[in-house]
Amino acid sequence: MQNNEVSRRQAIVTLASLSAGGLALAACGSSDSGDGASDGTSAPAASGDVEAAPALLGGPVEKPSLTLGFIKLTDMAPLAIAKEKGYFAEEGLNVTLEAQANWKVLLDGVIDGQLDGAHMLAGQPLAATIGYGTEAELITPLSMDLNGNAITVSNQVWDIIEPDLPKGDDGLPIHPISASVLRPVIEQFAAAGDQFNMGMVFPVSTHNYELRYWLAAGGISPGFYSSGDATGVIEAEVPLSVTPPPQMPSTMEAGTIDGYCVGEPWNQAAVQKKIGVPIITDDQIWRLNPEKVFGLRKDFAETNPETTSAIVRAMIKAQQWLDADDGANRQEAVEILALPNYVGADVEVIAASMTGQFTFEPGDTRAAPDFNIFFREYAGYPFYSDAIWYLTQMRRWGQIDADQTDDWYKEIAAEVYRTDLYMAAAQQLVDAGVIPADSVPETDGFKAPQDGFIDDLVFDGTQPNAYLEQFEIGLKTGQTVTAAGVQG
Amino acid sequence: MSSDIDTSIEDHADVVTADSSAAIDLALEGTPRTETPLPSKPARGPSRSLKRFVPSWQSLLAPIAGIGIFLLLWAAIAPQIDTSLGALPGPADVLSAGRGLYDEWQGTREARAQFYEAQDQRNALLVEAGRGSEVQDFEFTGSPTFIDQVWTSLQTVGLGFLIGTVIAIPLGLMSGLSKTFKAAINPLVQIMKPISPLAWLPIVTIVISATITSDDPILPRSFIISALVVSLCSLWTTLINTSVGAASVDKDLLNVGKVLRLNKRQQLTKLILPSALPYIFTGMRLALGVGWMVLIAAEMLAQNPGLGKFVWDEFQNGSSESLSRIMFAVVVIGLIGFALDRLMATLEKFVSRNRVA
Repeated sequence: MQNNEVSRRQAIVTLASLSAGGLALAACGSSDSGDGASDGTSAPAASGDVEAAPALLGGPVEKPSLTLGFIKLTDMAPLAIAKEKGYFAEEGLNVTLEAQANWKVLLDGVIDGQLDGAHMLAGQPLAATIGYGTEAELITPLSMDLNGNAITVSNQVWDIIEPDLPKGDDGLPIHPISASVLRPVIEQFAAAGDQFNMGMVFPVSTHNYELRYWLAAGGISPGFYSSGDATGVIEAEVPLSVTPPPQMPSTMEAGTIDGYCVGEPWNQAAVQKKIGVPIITDDQIWRLNPEKVFGLRKDFAETNPETTSAIVRAMIKAQQWLDADDGANRQEAVEILALPNYVGADVEVIAASMTGQFTFEPGDTRAAPDFNIFFREYAGYPFYSDAIWYLTQMRRWGQIDADQTDDWYKEIAAEVYRTDLYMAAAQQLVDAGVIPADSVPETDGFKAPQDGFIDDLVFDGTQPNAYLEQFEIGLKTGQTVTAAGVQG
Repeated sequence: MSSDIDTSIEDHADVVTADSSAAIDLALEGTPRTETPLPSKPARGPSRSLKRFVPSWQSLLAPIAGIGIFLLLWAAIAPQIDTSLGALPGPADVLSAGRGLYDEWQGTREARAQFYEAQDQRNALLVEAGRGSEVQDFEFTGSPTFIDQVWTSLQTVGLGFLIGTVIAIPLGLMSGLSKTFKAAINPLVQIMKPISPLAWLPIVTIVISATITSDDPILPRSFIISALVVSLCSLWTTLINTSVGAASVDKDLLNVGKVLRLNKRQQLTKLILPSALPYIFTGMRLALGVGWMVLIAAEMLAQNPGLGKFVWDEFQNGSSESLSRIMFAVVVIGLIGFALDRLMATLEKFVSRNRVA
């Protein structure tokens, strides 16, 4: 315990001096050296050498002191790294990172102005813009990461399904596991008079849509939303409820839910405490799916364009650091995230998912180099097709209660996902030689049709309505939901 | 006349806890409320003077023994209870969590000093090089330490308590002096008294968010929201006690006032307030106790960076040290609540020092 305390104190002092040094560097303003070699780890410039600092890549920042919010999940890493490694300071920003109690408080904080921006669920800026929940004009200039979630079931459920799972030569279950294996569990529970239910973190969370996608792909209905009912359990075989991430393991232990979909460290926490078994990761449900975004108010971005641009540049640099050299920096990232003011979980629990592997059961640890992707595969670019996928899922389950034209989907995506802001910032970094030119996609905002889904359907972002028609479970054109069920 | 007695009995039911707590204090301290001069010399010989310096069983040894037994029980039982976050922490774990927090505070202090030093150095160089306009004046952005959080909580409860008192005392005086006014507000008070802080929180949050729209308010919104929730929950005690105090002014004193033809203001300041002051202070003391409890709950959700947020954040961390740190915070919360109560009790005693009855 003593070593922890001493090293923790040293960590705080060292990291703070890095940021102080970075801020000092950023104060140096313009110089002739255009190499911009800012790796963020340099010590404060030698005294008297005010001229020799790298150029600020943008104009003067309108609002240098910012408060950004986050939820204690490992994919807030770009924010923590941008601060601790001095990337924010290099861009002339003095950032306070504030942990929020839950997703609703975080969203309200950004909308009210208490937070200048935040680590957000991909669905939150979209839902706010279309008026589902609190209405506000939020935009996303940057996607923070790909993948990073998993679905965990309780030991009781695992004991029922595990014997019937097809095993590989090593005796371990073959992945991915379809949700159809839950059918006997649901029936067993019903026979005993119980309801099999699961948890997710927020009605417009990526976790909600991924869990529903997985259940529906296995032939199980997760329920629908109606305009009067935001609980989403109409006609549900497996009702889903909202639970804040830190309470999920204890809620599952208490038996209130029998499984959940959440980000890390809450799946590995369940594994470590032996109260559950992750059954599938979201990378196995949808290969390279977009996860968290950085969200801020549209009027903030309009009033403070240089600040927004500086934030995006700093976070891109942080993302690059996180994925550098095949994960060489991941261990250090884990130690930063384990500080109590960031994610705070134990180092081993965070490392269990962020350093290239993922543990399903004690004795079943598999390679998972893509469990968290921050920079590779164009992870930072806010593709319109990603936004449209989330909008289609909102329509599929009834959160959007009427049909919309394809153009509507594209308009909303273009309004919220600001590829122009990302490209401007990324281009500046490419010009300064900070990031390689091939890390920035040449695209019109739509990914090529994607087929990495667990049910083998193909998603073409330019044709959302056609995509919706392909699902067996889910609202089709002309259908609505009332308290009595799906109509039409 | 009997109706007066009935209503005052009904009011006294709320005040019973105050009186009984005062009675407990009396019993524990063993000193009478009224001051009687102590004899300057012992009545008997040397044996009695020595006895005075030996701590009595009641005043010192019993509490120490009580605390000691509790600690032993805690240390014995805690490791038996296994939770998903590890075994429940015993006193030793809590102590080391406290040491860890102290180290973090020291680390942050050093980091803060370094930050400002580096910034000052940089600014001096810029000025020297003729670039004075680029001078930076940033605040250190480390996360608040435990001590900062304790201080924030104290400030919040202080503000909330002040707001509550300022509202409650005039209302209480009015309702004590005027039966009609009291009848008018009594149902409202009784309905609003049992409302929990967590039920007030969303309403207060929405109202404050709509009212304070500036981007850079003097006081952070979360601070004001928490303070208001504290005052909403704690002002009822002060109000009720003040009302009882004002109503219990001795009728003889009021008659004397009539004889002397005191005007309303003099009546208030010379008769009613001094008479009611002990009740008011009892009410305030209870209100502070309630307010401190409410504050921790309000901070957990309002994001005010105080002890409540510390506990909630540690719960969200879910690390193997979290339980010890939470337990340490719980102990600190209890100790501060105790200290605040003692403070108010001393004030209360000071205010009632000249009362005979």
